[in-house]
Amino acid sequence: MNKAKLNIGPNLFNWQPEKWRDFYFEVADVAPIDKVFLGEVICSKRAPLFYGEFDKVVDRLEKAGKQVVFSTLAEVTSNVDRRLMEKQANDKNFFIEVNDIAALFFLKDKKHSIGSYVNCYNEDALEFFAKNGATNICLNPEMPKSGIEALNKTAKQLDVELEVQIFGRIGLALSARCYHARAHDRVKDTCKFICDIDEDGMDLTTLEGQKFLTINGIQTMSYTYLNLVNEMSELQKIGINNFRLSPHSSGTIKASKVFRSLLDGEIDEKEASAMLDEQDLGAPYSNGFYHGIAGYEWRV
Amino acid sequence: MDKVQKPELICPAGTPASLRTAVDGGADAIYCGFVGSTNARNFPGLNFSLDEMAKSVLYAHDRGAKLLCAINSFPTAGRTDIWKKAIDDAISIGVDAVIIADIGMADYMSKKHPNARIHLSVQAGASSAESINFYCERFDIKRVVLPRILTVGEIKKVHDAIDCEIEAFIFGNIGMMAEGRCSLTNYVTGKSTNMDGVCSPANFVHYEEDIDNNLTTRLGEFAIDCIACGQSAGYPTICKGRYNADHRDAYYAFEEPISLNLTHLLPDLIKAGVSALKIEGRQRSKSYIRSVVSSFRNAIDGYARGETPDISDLLALTEGHKQTEGAFKSKIWR
Repeated sequence: MNKAKLNIGPNLFNWQPEKWRDFYFEVADVAPIDKVFLGEVICSKRAPLFYGEFDKVVDRLEKAGKQVVFSTLAEVTSNVDRRLMEKQANDKNFFIEVNDIAALFFLKDKKHSIGSYVNCYNEDALEFFAKNGATNICLNPEMPKSGIEALNKTAKQLDVELEVQIFGRIGLALSARCYHARAHDRVKDTCKFICDIDEDGMDLTTLEGQKFLTINGIQTMSYTYLNLVNEMSELQKIGINNFRLSPHSSGTIKASKVFRSLLDGEIDEKEASAMLDEQDLGAPYSNGFYHGIAGYEWRV
Repeated sequence: MDKVQKPELICPAGTPASLRTAVDGGADAIYCGFVGSTNARNFPGLNFSLDEMAKSVLYAHDRGAKLLCAINSFPTAGRTDIWKKAIDDAISIGVDAVIIADIGMADYMSKKHPNARIHLSVQAGASSAESINFYCERFDIKRVVLPRILTVGEIKKVHDAIDCEIEAFIFGNIGMMAEGRCSLTNYVTGKSTNMDGVCSPANFVHYEEDIDNNLTTRLGEFAIDCIACGQSAGYPTICKGRYNADHRDAYYAFEEPISLNLTHLLPDLIKAGVSALKIEGRQRSKSYIRSVVSSFRNAIDGYARGETPDISDLLALTEGHKQTEGAFKSKIWR
């Protein structure tokens, strides 16, 4: 059996370039991570902000033995988006993770990954993507256990590796409108990059004061942090060998160490769970989607 | 405006009676779906049995109208047979096109029924020329229903760069999230928009009135809005609710309860090369369908004759309701 891989998904937030660089330097230096997904997924306007640091980050990650994958935009509408998508998809230096079907138009026969923003809910979709050159598919986090199990049977036959997000806020929706800009009485074109004030997104509470959702530019995310620590042995039994942590401004690297120890059998789920509970991320954990119930819920 | 190619008027039907109303009112084509989770409007009491769909095809064809069958939710693993049977059934009774969202089902249909027309559902979220052309190349789709996130200028550019027809929404409810890419309802209720075809399902909706007659609308555990005494409360859809952020209180974080009305943009859409204009609302009543269809019929025919038709009927339909031209008019909406 392949050794289970622990991966870091694309950073979804608008961090200062130095913060962005230092996060990945730390990943390179100390995190027990196999694969790192880089690239701007949410907003084409943000992409140039951290490109100055890009080569240095890639170099450091690769020297540390990490595989670097380039993640493409999840929504393509404007000409700026389209140009960025073409540039990303045609990049010869990287393996590409596709987050919008537009990327497939450019990739032609080149092997690639399918990201969680592309809908792959059933065996027929999976088979189409596999025959079209996908070697890895990261499932939408709303997929319940039964779906993961059924898809993995097909994936095995087609020699495709499935990946499941196990940690971090869940991307729930994309829009053409920027809700960060709207919250500050601006619009997307005049946003002045206001999203950079919220390193893990901007929290929304209900009028009754209940924490609910998190805004990240055009993306709406869960307020809760997905945490599948108690489902890891079941996921491995199903045959999943690729696990994704979605990065946050703090706690991600520690979480990666906990999950690695768990995968290596050094600690059990109970211990791992207790170690993750010690972290104060400012928001509760959830695992409802996996269990086929409301996504925000936490089932022990 | 100058004389132009007249677009088709595409109207919704949730029941056979609504379908007959829409056909009689002058719709060029009707879209509807089978009972169950194969379509993206899986509401109780709505949609067609196979027998009803077959009779509706005959009713439409006898009167020169087309029937487009929406099989546009995303089958979950292990259940694709239900969707494939729906596609086979639709073809066997002679529907004019099947509206598909899932890439696996598009692949199935293009291989099994290579001569049938596939329309790419808005739920597929194909928002760029590249994405649409990929679907055209692989599945020979004949028409794309565009997501409601492009400006008219962008629609024109898409039109010039793709190999299929464009259908665009012009009237009705407008969701704020990119279609086919929203798990908000599932996050709150455990029922998925993509997999179960529901958005804010009614059995999770609650209205609670306090002693001061303030009405809280709720979806599952979460308050979506609270309306002061005497004001009318909207249906609690997550993306039309009011919330607090750290720096501001009780604001519509996504959008107000508002509906789409592109009456004023019709000439521009027609000039942009849109082949079909679509009205939202398979859940709507017959009387609503009757007035909307006949009003748009008159407006489109007028524009196509090069006239400037009287559109006061259409504006009256939404009088008293908040309405928007959404993303279509300008980038400022974003």
